[in-house]
Amino acid sequence: MGAHKTISLADEKMQYEFTAKLKSRLMMTLGIGVVMLILGIILLSLGFGETHHAAEHGKEAAKHSAEHGHHEYYWFKRVIANLWLNATFFNGIALIGVFFLAFNYVAHAGWSVIIKRVPETFGYFLPISMGSIIALFLLQIAMGDNYTLFHWTHAGITDPSSKNYDAIIAGKSGFLNVPFFFARMVIFFALWYGLFRRLRSFSLQEEEIKDFKAYLKNPVIYNKAVYTSAIFLVVFAVSESVISWDWLMSIDVHWFSTMYGWQNFASWFVSGLATITLTVILLKEQGYLKSVTKHHLHDLGKFMFAFSVFWSYVTFCQFLLIYYAHIPEETTYFNARLNLWDGYYKFLFFFNFFINFAFPLLVLMAKEAKRTTVILKVVAGAILMGHYLDFYLMIMPGTLGDNSGFGFVEIGCILIFASLFIYTIASNLAKAPMIAKNHPFIKESQNFNQFN
Amino acid sequence: MEKKEKQEFLVGVFDNESKLISAIDTLRAKGLKIHDVYTPYPVHDLDVHLGFKRTRLARAAFLFGITGTTLAIIMQSYMLGFAWPMIIGGKDHIAVPDFVPVTFELTVLCASLGMVATFLISNGLGPGKKALMFDPRSTDDKYVMAIDLGKNSKFTKETIEKMLLDNGVSEQPKTKEV
Repeated sequence: MGAHKTISLADEKMQYEFTAKLKSRLMMTLGIGVVMLILGIILLSLGFGETHHAAEHGKEAAKHSAEHGHHEYYWFKRVIANLWLNATFFNGIALIGVFFLAFNYVAHAGWSVIIKRVPETFGYFLPISMGSIIALFLLQIAMGDNYTLFHWTHAGITDPSSKNYDAIIAGKSGFLNVPFFFARMVIFFALWYGLFRRLRSFSLQEEEIKDFKAYLKNPVIYNKAVYTSAIFLVVFAVSESVISWDWLMSIDVHWFSTMYGWQNFASWFVSGLATITLTVILLKEQGYLKSVTKHHLHDLGKFMFAFSVFWSYVTFCQFLLIYYAHIPEETTYFNARLNLWDGYYKFLFFFNFFINFAFPLLVLMAKEAKRTTVILKVVAGAILMGHYLDFYLMIMPGTLGDNSGFGFVEIGCILIFASLFIYTIASNLAKAPMIAKNHPFIKESQNFNQFN
Repeated sequence: MEKKEKQEFLVGVFDNESKLISAIDTLRAKGLKIHDVYTPYPVHDLDVHLGFKRTRLARAAFLFGITGTTLAIIMQSYMLGFAWPMIIGGKDHIAVPDFVPVTFELTVLCASLGMVATFLISNGLGPGKKALMFDPRSTDDKYVMAIDLGKNSKFTKETIEKMLLDNGVSEQPKTKEV
């Protein structure tokens, strides 16, 4: 309708209360996650859950299984692969929180100011996720060839006299070598986290302003934040591509795709948007963020809709070009996901397109659907599960082959990372007012209207 | 063909957006039916104030799009699968992933052409059609309101004129026959 009523900031609950109930629930979830992980490890090390098809099925499976060998280190690899999956997935969501802030600053966007504090807390998860990624990588290097997810880290891989020598990997070793890989990772982390802390500190400095009218005439802090955001966007564009080759594409090290960085960005971005939407709706249901209207939700819905389609576009592009050209060195990637191991990943591969493309496309198409909280919650949940599956399909075939599965280890890892993530968001939401009341565009955001 | 009877309109001219909007609200509250309003630029929420029904163009677009999708799939399957089967790149005759780009393009083409046709028909536009212009200043800096006298038979022309004058028109309302 025409003029909708604006809620005064005085009526807002500004201070988020991290309740003891939520805290104990999160600790309990974390505990359950750890217990399930340990239970899973015990079961796996006793030999449950392995599907060695080597004897019964063709030579491809035999060749593959030979790489994995005995179950003594099989369980270790499965645990590492799952921790790696969750760490990279949640690291992406945390990074997208900062990215969301940055592009809204650079675009001088007004609508998102009212929900700004939600993505602003995501960046605090970066130390946890990056810490686990760095620790996991070092652990793999320390444990040796049988335990690592990355074929290119094996000893003697670039040495022509070694029996491990691989000419293709040797050709890539100028980029893919342990010191450079590690240095890139640390530098990117420093840049992401440093720029995030700068943006956050500008946001908190704005809270201290006494004379808002005078600040509007010369918004110094805001201008600095726009400048920092522009730097972040450049850093992000480069680092996101490089980091997805490093962390995910280098698992299938003989294969490469120029679309991979895009696909990974789309996957992270749409999961990040789903997390923002879900958090905003849950906070609104608890009585916070009263100023968030159906108009704001409509924009978040449009974002999820658009970037689900974007993900499908780049993912299908990558598939179609490889399928059509039919060059063996390129098709290996999809061969593993469609044909190998009796089509072990075939169902998941097609289901990936259903849950991440068809479902959001059809459900979010209508205008009213993007404004209905129940539908948004269902779609955001489906998108998060769907893109976990996308990461699963990127990591598991190249590391575990047909020995992957979905059991205690997988669920345990998800619970651990999800509870840590929610704990980080909630504890940092409590550290600043829920609404950035001195942001120059706060009035525009309060009165935001889609005009239909 | 029977010649269409002429309609008589009363045309009110306003100076600014806020006067126009408040006049629309009060006149509609009194039960007057407004034919249409012409403004130099799109005014947000004008359709809400005028009480226009939500357009069904979106549904039309969806149906046109689905038609395009169906046509594309039938066309490609028939051509490559039955009429002249060819092996391309070692794939099946009917290789679904290959069909996706053409299907997408035909969906967009049918939806957009269909929407252009719908727009022309529903607005009575076409080649040689003379533009309906109540007051040419609505393309410059005035806001023009047209009231169909035939559809407001419960008011006399003088009452409507008086109502317009009481609600901020900037000049004496004129009558125009179309």
